[in-house]
Amino acid sequence: MLDILASFGRKGLEAFERLGRGHLLFLQILAGITSLLPRPGLLVAQMHSIGVRTITIIVVSGLFVGMVLSLQGYYVLSQFAAEDSLGVMVAASLVRELGPVVTALLFAGRAGSALTAEIGLMKATEQLSGLEMMAVDPVRRILTPRFFAGFISMPLLAALFSAVGVIGGYFVGVGLLGVDEGAFWSQMQAKIDWDGDVINGVIKSLVFGVICTWIALFQGYDTLPTSTGVSRSTTRTVVHSALAVLVLDFVLTALMFGD
Amino acid sequence: MARIYKLGPPRFTVSQNPPLIKIRDLHFSRGDRVIFDGVDIDIPRGKVTAIMGPSGTGKTTLLKLIGGQLRPSRGTIEVDGLNVHALSRKALFKLRMRMGMLFQTGALLTDLTVYDNVAYPLREHTDLPESMIRRLVLMKLEAVGLRGARDLLPSALSGGMARRVALARAISLDPMMVMYDEPFTGQDPISMGVLAQLVRRLNDAVGLTSILVSHDVEETSAISDLVYVINGGKVIEQGTPNELANSSSASVRQFMSGLPDGPVGFHYDAPTLDEDLLSMRGAS
Repeated sequence: MLDILASFGRKGLEAFERLGRGHLLFLQILAGITSLLPRPGLLVAQMHSIGVRTITIIVVSGLFVGMVLSLQGYYVLSQFAAEDSLGVMVAASLVRELGPVVTALLFAGRAGSALTAEIGLMKATEQLSGLEMMAVDPVRRILTPRFFAGFISMPLLAALFSAVGVIGGYFVGVGLLGVDEGAFWSQMQAKIDWDGDVINGVIKSLVFGVICTWIALFQGYDTLPTSTGVSRSTTRTVVHSALAVLVLDFVLTALMFGD
Repeated sequence: MARIYKLGPPRFTVSQNPPLIKIRDLHFSRGDRVIFDGVDIDIPRGKVTAIMGPSGTGKTTLLKLIGGQLRPSRGTIEVDGLNVHALSRKALFKLRMRMGMLFQTGALLTDLTVYDNVAYPLREHTDLPESMIRRLVLMKLEAVGLRGARDLLPSALSGGMARRVALARAISLDPMMVMYDEPFTGQDPISMGVLAQLVRRLNDAVGLTSILVSHDVEETSAISDLVYVINGGKVIEQGTPNELANSSSASVRQFMSGLPDGPVGFHYDAPTLDEDLLSMRGAS
């Protein structure tokens, strides 16, 4: 019995220790911005690696999510003879919720796991130690550019997801199901609010960008430098990011749209 | 003339200059396991000093302690008069710019070519124009015989070549010392010979101080001026390679002759075989 309690205690302490290390690393990453500003090339290279290379999955997913939304929305709205509101429904769903959330989940699976594996392998092959011994701070040189690249890329990817999703919804709603084109666009234009919908969606994306990139970088940096360790960290990145995004989405939605 | 001391502070008289590295009363543990238990080592300037000992005795850990990547639980390490673990991060990085380290795996940045790997410290720490960096990089690569491999990625290099590139990178900022972590492990005889000669030649030609961590007795003894043998958390012997070859210490003789059993046991600590076979622990 005591052994079980001790084991719980040990695991609890380890979890808090890990959390503490994660927060310290976060502060170190933020402090690294001073060395990133004079070298914007590092940021651009990472935005290409993290953001541009994620575009394909975002565009394809956005297109199909928009198409499904339109299909499902049409069947519900047509029961109330409200199919002219299809554009609003598709756009609001994408901009407020699905754009930021699904983009973050895809980002964690594509870019987050890649970041963890990359940093973890750099640790396992002593590349990070090598940088330290060359008097180069690996946090500033390796982690900070990746963090800000993720932070900036996430809202751009979410905007792309939403835009492509609206186009997908348009093809299905107007092209296939015969919704009036004028009503589709004009209602969307009239009802989607810049501050209430778009800006809140962007804020969500920024928060998710911080969380997903931070988790990915920390898991890589704190990994056990073995193949099993890197594999576990990569899995943890995807699981922790997904859970964090879904929980935070609820909190943010309640704060933004709750009465 | 150098003499062998089994215990107490080292008193080599190879050079009149103060040692480049002075380690005193070094204690270090990982969890419950004691790695160093009061180690004193002097690394003289301009010499090749080998740190030898069986696997798992903390040789690599010692290099990480010297480089400030690990912190001792007690004792001091001075490099060129500076207490490594009392330095600020900025001062430590400044000191590291005067240290080179060759990792066992090479630790080359895998997404950069050989050329860019060697140029990396120069680009990070100097404002030299690219034309000057090119000359320096080609000179360093020429010194390790790999000028022709400059456009290759690390994945295209053999283990020996990767270590030579890592050596070129380690000396790219013309450091005062280079630490070699097991440079001969897993190398074929040709690569081993090439690396051994490089260590010696670079040391003499550039006036480096070299610290060579290894358990390859023959190759290491051939190029070292001094040897420390570590075992059980302590320095068990020190002297020139010849002196160690004639040592009366059973531990040193076992290590230098590669005997499978002796003070360093063949078996890992365990209950007797009879006890283990009769025990039901772990039986399904």
